[in-house]
Amino acid sequence: MKRLITLTVNGTPYEVAIEPRQSLLQLLREELHLTGTKEGCSEGECGACTVLLDGKTVDSCLIFALEAQGREVTTIEGLAHGDQLHPVQKAFAEYGAVQCGFCTPGMILSAKALLDSNPHPTEAEIRQSIAGNLCRCTGYVKIVEAIQAAARG
Amino acid sequence: MKNFAYFDPTSVGEAVQLLQQHGGQAKVLAGGTDLFLRMRRRALMPEVVVDLKRIAALSDLSYSAAAGLCIGATVTHGEVVDHPAVQQHYGALATAANWIGSLQTRHRGTVVGNLCNASPAADTAPALLSYGAIVTIVGPDGQREVPLEAFFQGPGRTALGPAEIVTTVRLPAASERRGWGFGRRTRTVIDIALVSSCAVVQAHNGVCGEVRISLGAVGPIPLRATRAEAVLQGQQPSAALLAEASRVAAEEARPISDVRCSAAYRKDMVEVLSKRCLESALSMLQML
Repeated sequence: MKRLITLTVNGTPYEVAIEPRQSLLQLLREELHLTGTKEGCSEGECGACTVLLDGKTVDSCLIFALEAQGREVTTIEGLAHGDQLHPVQKAFAEYGAVQCGFCTPGMILSAKALLDSNPHPTEAEIRQSIAGNLCRCTGYVKIVEAIQAAARG
Repeated sequence: MKNFAYFDPTSVGEAVQLLQQHGGQAKVLAGGTDLFLRMRRRALMPEVVVDLKRIAALSDLSYSAAAGLCIGATVTHGEVVDHPAVQQHYGALATAANWIGSLQTRHRGTVVGNLCNASPAADTAPALLSYGAIVTIVGPDGQREVPLEAFFQGPGRTALGPAEIVTTVRLPAASERRGWGFGRRTRTVIDIALVSSCAVVQAHNGVCGEVRISLGAVGPIPLRATRAEAVLQGQQPSAALLAEASRVAAEEARPISDVRCSAAYRKDMVEVLSKRCLESALSMLQML
């Protein structure tokens, strides 16, 4: 019942045998052992499972792994270059935008996707771009400040 | 989730054939934001899933002054929000689609898939109704067109027959400039609409021409407030007339009370939102 799919994750091609019912999130965490992407609600409401699929933010818990055949996925693991953190990651660390860290991978990917297409967002645009990423710890203030700082460069 | 056989056909004909072959055991997959959840909760346990996303013809989102706007079955809400022709000629639709879920949801969920789920609260429905949308359906017996009003038949029910799929939703081109307004009440940014209203108005020489007022989440299906429309059609707009039209729109709404809010609130908000939508539409036409 398993099917073989090929996809690129963080620039690396993979060939994986998976069952049709497995989600992209399961493929990333359980087959590829990329556990940076988190399972929060499994309903596409919290954004903890956010990854980039062909450059666009998506909730990986709602996507069948099979749908990622031939596609490019970017997870949080794909942002840093060795020891060099991505500017958004650095800003999150410097501005105290991380408490428990569970929302953080998804939050950072949403922020990165925003800045990739809109390098100078307003505060409203920042808040809209992370509307699909829930945080129970921070109250969002530091997260917004970190994204503003990353935008300033 | 129960396992299933997955197919990703490359033509509409192939997809229809698969649906015919497997009957009620097959479900169609586009964005998956609803289907995946229902399968995960085992509300649906199809043996076969037919993914439409590799059918190139269904991903078309295009506009021409002659044919209007064509939205293919696999076009996402995000693509509709970002499309310049939608923003310019169908502004209420761009605004409505932007309300749906989060960016993550809009990057996957499709306009057509959302319509096929036929929630009475579907966000794009009032805008599509006000722009006179027509649905194209393809099945074993061929192709047919159904106006969106007739496509919705009840909560979760549409005019789709067995082995039929919607291939496009088309919004006709307007003969002249239109003003519009879209309003919605909601508990949180990513929650569904409590109540929504959309007005699209054409006018010339200070008199209202075609007026369309559509309401969401206040009946078993998204509906047109045709009596409210008649209040304004052919008339010179005034504050009093707008107030009257909005009052009539609230009378036409048939909301229920549910976990999100009461029927009384929904009725009140139909009046408030419809008035704001009409004001917005008319000021775009510089008639207010």
